[in-house]
Amino acid sequence: MNVARVGLWLGLGFLYLPILLLVAYAFSADRIPFQWGGFSLRWFVALAADERLIEAALLSLRIAAGAATLAVLVGGLAGWALARFGPFRGRALFGALIGAPLVLPEVVTGLSLLLLFVALEGAIGWPGGRGAQTVLLAHATLGAAYVAVVVQARLAGADRSLEEAAMDLGATPFVAFRTVTLPLMAPSLLAGWLLAFTLSLDDVVLASFVSGPAGTTLPMVLFSKLKLGLTPEVNALGAVIVGVAAVALGMAALVLARVDGRRGGG
Amino acid sequence: MLRAEGVAKRFGATMALDGLDLEIAPGEFFALLGGSGSGKTTLLRLIAGFETPDAGRLLLEGRDLVPLPPHARPVTMMFQSYALFPHLTVSDNVAYGLRRAGVPREERRRRVAEALALVRLEGFGHRRPHQLSGGQRQRVALARSLVVRPRLLLLDEPLGALDASLREATGFELRTLQRATGAAFVMVTHDQTEAMALADRIGVLERGRLVQVGPPTEVYERPATRFVAGFLGGANLLSGVVRPDGGVDCAEVGCVLRAAVPVTAHPAGAAVTLALRPERIRMQAEGAQPPEETNAARGTVAEVAFRGELSTALVRFDGGATLRVSRPSAEGAPERGAQVTLTWPAEALTVLAD
Repeated sequence: MNVARVGLWLGLGFLYLPILLLVAYAFSADRIPFQWGGFSLRWFVALAADERLIEAALLSLRIAAGAATLAVLVGGLAGWALARFGPFRGRALFGALIGAPLVLPEVVTGLSLLLLFVALEGAIGWPGGRGAQTVLLAHATLGAAYVAVVVQARLAGADRSLEEAAMDLGATPFVAFRTVTLPLMAPSLLAGWLLAFTLSLDDVVLASFVSGPAGTTLPMVLFSKLKLGLTPEVNALGAVIVGVAAVALGMAALVLARVDGRRGGG
Repeated sequence: MLRAEGVAKRFGATMALDGLDLEIAPGEFFALLGGSGSGKTTLLRLIAGFETPDAGRLLLEGRDLVPLPPHARPVTMMFQSYALFPHLTVSDNVAYGLRRAGVPREERRRRVAEALALVRLEGFGHRRPHQLSGGQRQRVALARSLVVRPRLLLLDEPLGALDASLREATGFELRTLQRATGAAFVMVTHDQTEAMALADRIGVLERGRLVQVGPPTEVYERPATRFVAGFLGGANLLSGVVRPDGGVDCAEVGCVLRAAVPVTAHPAGAAVTLALRPERIRMQAEGAQPPEETNAARGTVAEVAFRGELSTALVRFDGGATLRVSRPSAEGAPERGAQVTLTWPAEALTVLAD
């Protein structure tokens, strides 16, 4: 039991110590990001004044939210089709194509998307330059693969006769989907959205390929800052993101607990 | 009320249903009995509308069901897995069909309460399916199917997922419910005791064909084929050759078999098989005065098994046959190795079609 406990703490430390260090050094007064110089909030102040960083962060959040929503729409439909439409013609190929972005190296996906966008612009005049829009589409492509896998797994574990029972009791296929399938999928859609959101938020490879002058996301800014030398401002930004994520996760947990409690209690 | 005419359904190379004809009367409890792959569940799914027949017609009160989608059929089904909606409470599960039918809120609430009372689940309305036992889930599924007042309720192995101890009581409840609602019940099962205990009529399915339809006693006492005889309660099968006088020479047990109905369908010299129920045979110790019975044969007790109220003995004959004989345990068990005389009345023998 002691061994298990030690293992647990080692594991947790491995996962969270870097993050804790980052947050701790965000409050350091020293100019070197990994040297303790006494408690200070100066880097948070500097961060608040750094418009470029703030702007990139907001853009990243917008792209992540948009990409995650698009990914849930596309990936959710794909996962539903894979789980519920039986052995339709081309099902195996469809499944493989849906999952391909999971195993393809991101540089390959990124390069091919870049070629696609350039070719499309030559052919139909869209997307009209590369920027936030193309990054969003690229992230949605990757996110949809994850959503499809999560949704398919969720539905595969749910009894198929549930939808049949709904139709048997007078629900049209559409109503059966809305009242039975969708509620069954809901947790996986939420999980898929969060996954796609996170993927988009920290992606730098895809974004580097398909972004343009007006589409510099936060990871791209950080990456370019890295070349010029880091300042503890970046630590402060990291601390803010960790804080926001913690609050969001806590709220999600609260909401889920309340939903469960309400359903359980009538 | 329900008529199936020449219904056929094929899945790839297998013929699930092969030109099936069936008529179900209003308010009847009908059991479709068959092994796995006999097509019994396929027939239910065809009636409910989840499959489309390749040929034939399905008529409900004269109206063709085939073009109707499942949600437009006045038929409900209780699934083997019960298929309770996990995200809804018991009340909402039961109310689902009423909601789809647009039943007003007040009436809905009243009918849900009635349905839950009918299956003795008052006070369980706020629970979720995963908080219920298997028997309770089964009753929720029943309430959900019955609350919409279907004219025909289909039940797919309704007792299959229950513990043995719950099955008999639940079976009686099913019967009571069926009488109370007046709906016709069509049940699918592989368990012959369940079918015989519950149903007004039984249809035995073998490889997509109905081989025999009739009241339980008739199907049990007068099985039409070897399959039915073996499937329902394990009858003894005796083969022999028809004599010119209508008897059957049975070398296996070393006697002439005489059935109540003479073997006229078969010419003299033809080989026939007869079924004989284990409980119709009387067993007496060797030497006792043989009673005035048409059929009698002498054999040796090879094995005796005590089964509670009944004991089963295996009696071996010099001719090579082994007959199962059951009799009330209270009458005392024979000794293993004892010489016995077996007798049975002419009515106990049924000539099989194959």
